[in-house]
Amino acid sequence: MSTHEIVPAASLIPADAPFPKAAKVALGMPQLRKNLAHATGTIRAKRANVAGELDDWEALRDAAAAIKADVQHRLPELAIEFERNAIAAGAQVHWARDAKEANEIAARIVRDAGAEEVVKVKSMATQEIELNEHFEAVGLKAYETDLAELIVQLAEDKPSHILVPAIHYNRTQIRDIFDQKMGDAPTGLTDEPAALAEAARLHLRRRFLSAKVAVSGANFAVAETGSLVVVESEGNGRMCLTMPETLISIVGIEKLLPSFADLEVFMQLLPRSSTGERMNPYTSVWTGAREGDGPKDVHVILLDNGRTGVLADEVGRQALSCIRCSACLNVCPVYERTGGHAYGHVYPGPIGAILAPQLEPGRHDDLPYASSLCGACYEVCPVKIDIPEVLVHLRQRGPHQAGEQAAMGAARAVMARPALWRAALRAARFGSMPWRRKGFLRRLPWPGSRWTVSRDLPLPPKEDFRDWWKERQR
Amino acid sequence: MSAQQRAREEILARMRRALDGAGEAPEPPREYRRSLDPDVDITAMLVDRLVDYKANVHYGLNSIAAALGEAKRVVVPADLPAEWRLGAAEFAPDTGLSTADLDRMDAVLTGCAAAVAVSGTIMLDTGAAQGRRAITLVPDHHVVVVRPEQIVGHLAEALPMLDRTAPQTWISGPSATSDIELQRVEGVHGPRRLDVVLL
Repeated sequence: MSTHEIVPAASLIPADAPFPKAAKVALGMPQLRKNLAHATGTIRAKRANVAGELDDWEALRDAAAAIKADVQHRLPELAIEFERNAIAAGAQVHWARDAKEANEIAARIVRDAGAEEVVKVKSMATQEIELNEHFEAVGLKAYETDLAELIVQLAEDKPSHILVPAIHYNRTQIRDIFDQKMGDAPTGLTDEPAALAEAARLHLRRRFLSAKVAVSGANFAVAETGSLVVVESEGNGRMCLTMPETLISIVGIEKLLPSFADLEVFMQLLPRSSTGERMNPYTSVWTGAREGDGPKDVHVILLDNGRTGVLADEVGRQALSCIRCSACLNVCPVYERTGGHAYGHVYPGPIGAILAPQLEPGRHDDLPYASSLCGACYEVCPVKIDIPEVLVHLRQRGPHQAGEQAAMGAARAVMARPALWRAALRAARFGSMPWRRKGFLRRLPWPGSRWTVSRDLPLPPKEDFRDWWKERQR
Repeated sequence: MSAQQRAREEILARMRRALDGAGEAPEPPREYRRSLDPDVDITAMLVDRLVDYKANVHYGLNSIAAALGEAKRVVVPADLPAEWRLGAAEFAPDTGLSTADLDRMDAVLTGCAAAVAVSGTIMLDTGAAQGRRAITLVPDHHVVVVRPEQIVGHLAEALPMLDRTAPQTWISGPSATSDIELQRVEGVHGPRRLDVVLL
């Protein structure tokens, strides 16, 4: 039996704090940083390998970006087409304007089915609407069945990554969580990943085989056929989508694809970009209800929850192309160091920095600054979302602090007058003397401290270009 | 108007407002591959990719018995070709077996709809010799028979072979997870053993 106390990472990192504050806490957690560096390093190499196997990777990205742009431009007609075909195939289609409405519809379906608990396929949409918390509040119980989601749920933690929500835990920590929280963990459980997977299998088996209702999301919704697609690895998805009588799928309206054949593009890009596999172990496709096969009572909840607001922004709407692969998280130098919790939103990393402030206008305005604009996210994005472009766009749109406005105003005034500018450079050279540390300015007094609290400044050069030029001319 | 209809109308109205003046997006370019080069040996590639993802590969009808291994009770779709029932196992045709019955099976033997070489993917669409989804899910060992004409090189060639609106399962190797330190580990909730028999 292990003795390490489980401290959920999310309980240490203040979710409601501004990013710089939350990031500072995360940076002070060495185990977290080690786990993140190891995991993101592994996945980066795997992704690069399998993306490199395809000589038409760039053509696939171009096609995917254009298909998604087309979907956005035709969203009303495609949503109606999907609805018509899903209903014709025996599904019930519901529409939810916001999280509350989606949760209420889902809870009503569960009660109508005579159930009090549901098994869940991993789904970002249900994380976003906090379905588990809503169910808890109305006396229903949602059991996560994806291994990583199970780890996070048992640890009473929050996901820190879109694809691998428990990326911030290493194997030993996971063993400890199972030991202490699972209730039926095998005695003498080791931290071998295979042993941990076996423990999860045993723990969930009976629940799968007896569940009445399942809740899922969907990776794609095909308008032409009314089909939904779920991509997964473990078989927990297949269990949830096949065994229960009632299935509720909560699908963001941006998940639509025009035609079934479009899967030939996205099902090459998604697995290679997310888990770095040529294909994920299991993909399920279903269309309404099928006599004698799987759930009889099939529901689809089409979710807006801020998406139409994103759609209205010409530059920002490309964020709706996201297929939740998480490749951008894995290459982001900021994410790799802070992890997902510091972002304070269910979508962390570069994609979160452009999605969160758009989905919830007026909140997360600091997230577009959680980036060095290095552009690695754009390079790996399978649907070519120009994340740096949207980051800059949102920075311009967002509020600017009085201090920043004053500083920029002063800089403008000084830079517009050559004599003043020369004097300012000279002043910076001599004036910065007391704060120089190891080649950098690390700590300036107020108001400069607003800058140096989270950044270092390079030293002003000993000689500026103007002086150097004058010297040369002599 | 019901609350549900109101929600629907409002979301559609929001979409239309958001797109006011947005015009049309250009036709998507489709310059990607739809097949492999003709000199690629797609059967060899399929085998390579299956083995890479920890599936076992067998050749010929007579290898079905070996693929089933120690399995004593084997569920099969009711329309499985009779000549595939090879070996000492007891074959139980699925005539609507209960979940508990399925859980007592050691293995399942089926055909498939298509196999994609480039990703080592076996595709099921509940068509001939495949049965309903639950029978290939609950037993811990899946033996799947692939006919030569079902093997294609590329995903784009396989999609037209599927019954698009039938329930589908695309299988690439046995159940696996990468959730612990992003290391792929075989064997979670789906069949932990996948044997592929190439006819």
